[in-house]
Amino acid sequence: MINVDKFTELLEEEFEDVQKGTLKPTTNYREIPDFSSMHALIIIAFVDNEFDVLLQGKDLKEAQTFDDLYTIVKNKLA
Amino acid sequence: MAIFQINNIEVIGIAASVPKATVYTSDYDYITEQERKLFVSGTGIKERRVAHENMCTSDMCFSAAQQLLKDTNINSEDIDILIFVSQSPDYFLPATSILLQDRLGLKKSTIAFDVNLGCSGYVYGLAIIANLLNMVGSNALLLCGDKSTYSTTPTDKSTYPLFGDAGTATLLSKNTKAKPLYFNLQTDGSGWESIIIRGGGTRNRYKEGILDKKIIEPGIERNLCNLELDGVEVFNFSLREVKPNVMELLDFSNIELENIDFVVMHQANRLMNESVRKKLKVDKEKVPYSIEKFGNTSSASIPLTMVTELHETLKNKSNQLLLSGFGVGFSWGSVILTTNNIIVSELLEIE
Repeated sequence: MINVDKFTELLEEEFEDVQKGTLKPTTNYREIPDFSSMHALIIIAFVDNEFDVLLQGKDLKEAQTFDDLYTIVKNKLA
Repeated sequence: MAIFQINNIEVIGIAASVPKATVYTSDYDYITEQERKLFVSGTGIKERRVAHENMCTSDMCFSAAQQLLKDTNINSEDIDILIFVSQSPDYFLPATSILLQDRLGLKKSTIAFDVNLGCSGYVYGLAIIANLLNMVGSNALLLCGDKSTYSTTPTDKSTYPLFGDAGTATLLSKNTKAKPLYFNLQTDGSGWESIIIRGGGTRNRYKEGILDKKIIEPGIERNLCNLELDGVEVFNFSLREVKPNVMELLDFSNIELENIDFVVMHQANRLMNESVRKKLKVDKEKVPYSIEKFGNTSSASIPLTMVTELHETLKNKSNQLLLSGFGVGFSWGSVILTTNNIIVSELLEIE
């Protein structure tokens, strides 16, 4: 699996409204400016498409940072 | 498993009716410009049609049905079954289908009843009406639609910009030479709270205070009679369930996906549908969208997409279609059907 930096970078590319290079693995994903459920759907679609892993609502609630999301995906793949 | 085949029934024609009034996402200033842009790029919804206060789902379906009978040259007395699929009836009772039987001038021996389903409603409606038509009569009208905007409020950004209003009519007839219809229908009621109007029924009956708005979270303020939508749960459900449902159906029917001319999905939101399309490995060209122009129109979305996006090919060719509806309930289902130069009425816009 790709590393967390690449994971964050690829996800950032999915967010059309986020300036490139601003998101870090330690960024709280809910602190993206104007965060909405659309961002959550983009995350789910990205993870499903790239890793064939389905994130649940509770996974998103538990995760704070992109690093947390990465760890959840990694654990589901293990 | 509810996978089955229905023989001897064919689709003769299809019509759709929408309100003339158009609402544009770019004018929705309850959210920021950045949110609007992300909403449009994610859901695909640029505009949608909104019925005025006095226009009901039945009015849109009536207009579609009337036009379809005219275009197919079928007399109203030749209709034996009328099914109205909707979650926005005119009244609690009587059933709206019964009002439509009279309004359309159908005979008293008509079987008429309502089916309370949303996103999956067109596929379920086809299954019910085709089965019934096999037992009795010669021609049947399936009317599907919703005035979803009656329950959304501009102060809830999670629902208001998503939904549009539409009504449709599909005419089916008996034909011993018709190719089989293949269905796979499913249900999971554990998702009942994911799309819900909590108030106004008998569980939370209409009483003083029910229309008082509450702030749920920033950008979401609504009352108990407003539509509630948990986008993440619905998205998850769709990614989890639609592909296996379709694959089981293809397996049952012995039809290869590459031999399907078009996959018409319920128009939920573009990101979701595109994710399902990629999972199914279907070419973009085979998956039409009407969501840009009409938003999510509930049970009308599949026939509306057929009317607006596939009219030429449906009118002039034989097409093997795979239709898939999924959402509120959760309820979902797919059908494979073959159309053969069917009548497609021009999209009706009513005031």
